[in-house]
Amino acid sequence: MDIQEIHSLLLEKFGDSAVGQAPVEATDSWIQVSRDSIVEVGAFLRDNERLRFDHLNDLCGCDYLEPNEKKAAKFGHDPHVEVVYQLSSIELKHRLKLKVVLPRWKNDEEGRLPEVPSVSGVWGIADWHEREAFDLVGIHFQDHPNLRRILCPEDWEGHALRKDYDFPLEYHGVRGR
Amino acid sequence: MWRHGIQSNRDFIEKLIWNLTDMTWIEGRFEENVITTTMEDAMNWGQQSSIWPMTFGLACCAIEMMATGASKYDIDRFGAGAFRATPRQADLMIVAGTVTFKMASRVRRLYEQMADPKYVIAMGACTVGGGPYFKHGYHVVKGVDLVVPVDVYVPGCPPRPEALLEGLMRIQDKIKARKVTKGEQKLPVPHHSGYSALNV
Repeated sequence: MDIQEIHSLLLEKFGDSAVGQAPVEATDSWIQVSRDSIVEVGAFLRDNERLRFDHLNDLCGCDYLEPNEKKAAKFGHDPHVEVVYQLSSIELKHRLKLKVVLPRWKNDEEGRLPEVPSVSGVWGIADWHEREAFDLVGIHFQDHPNLRRILCPEDWEGHALRKDYDFPLEYHGVRGR
Repeated sequence: MWRHGIQSNRDFIEKLIWNLTDMTWIEGRFEENVITTTMEDAMNWGQQSSIWPMTFGLACCAIEMMATGASKYDIDRFGAGAFRATPRQADLMIVAGTVTFKMASRVRRLYEQMADPKYVIAMGACTVGGGPYFKHGYHVVKGVDLVVPVDVYVPGCPPRPEALLEGLMRIQDKIKARKVTKGEQKLPVPHHSGYSALNV
């Protein structure tokens, strides 16, 4: 099943408030899904007998920001973060990519993490992937069973793969830079 | 640094004569198979010939350390093949691989658990000074010498087994130069200077 068919199926089911455009000009196209409906869309994609997306290959966070002011004019994106879901169906042998677009900070207050509902109830593997996205990109997954840092130490400050992240000067008495 | 040990040919000859006059009056006065030496030399020789390293692989350098331990390079030729799984039995910590901040406290603790005398080899670019992660590695300690005192640095990414063996031999030189009794600490003489048999 190709992405246009999946897209029209999702539009039919959830309406255009939940499902955004699927850019056809992109070689590796994706479907944008709204923040609030990602869990329902995920469960539908997993359970529908024509789709059967039973496997979440990867879930990652992505920070769109150009901290260098000179390069920011040519950057071509508004500052935002994305959560990318890579799905595949082992049974029907097709793939799909979903994206959820979030603000960099919740309510544009710096330091408050953007929130998105967790899909760990839909695909179990999302548990650790979401912990990684939380740890490094700073995305808060609501209703996650165990949202702790997975790679950095528990007392680490900041989220290291944010583009505006500042390296720590020292960590527990060890010079950082 | 090594040059301070023996500065010139004349210096060498003087030390040779001193050594001979000091030691030879007792040589050959006993029956066969009796060797005379000093307590210090015997202890240092014993310790330098049985350096037990700690099993301590943090990243890709550990693969090269395993190759050093395997049959082709065979670190056991130097008596250092007994990799111990506990710091309490180890004399040498070969920090092989990238040290992260999360690991730094563990490295420090393991070092403190080792019994004296203890030695540290910083193996590879990451442990020498952060290496490829120096600028953009938010999680990497910029050199393990910020965490534990390092005796020998072995650069490379990763260093070849020969380089690690060279580092081990430097540790041996350092042990060999150690003073057990009173006296001035001599700088270690590199093993391949041609003068190492002299043990000045």
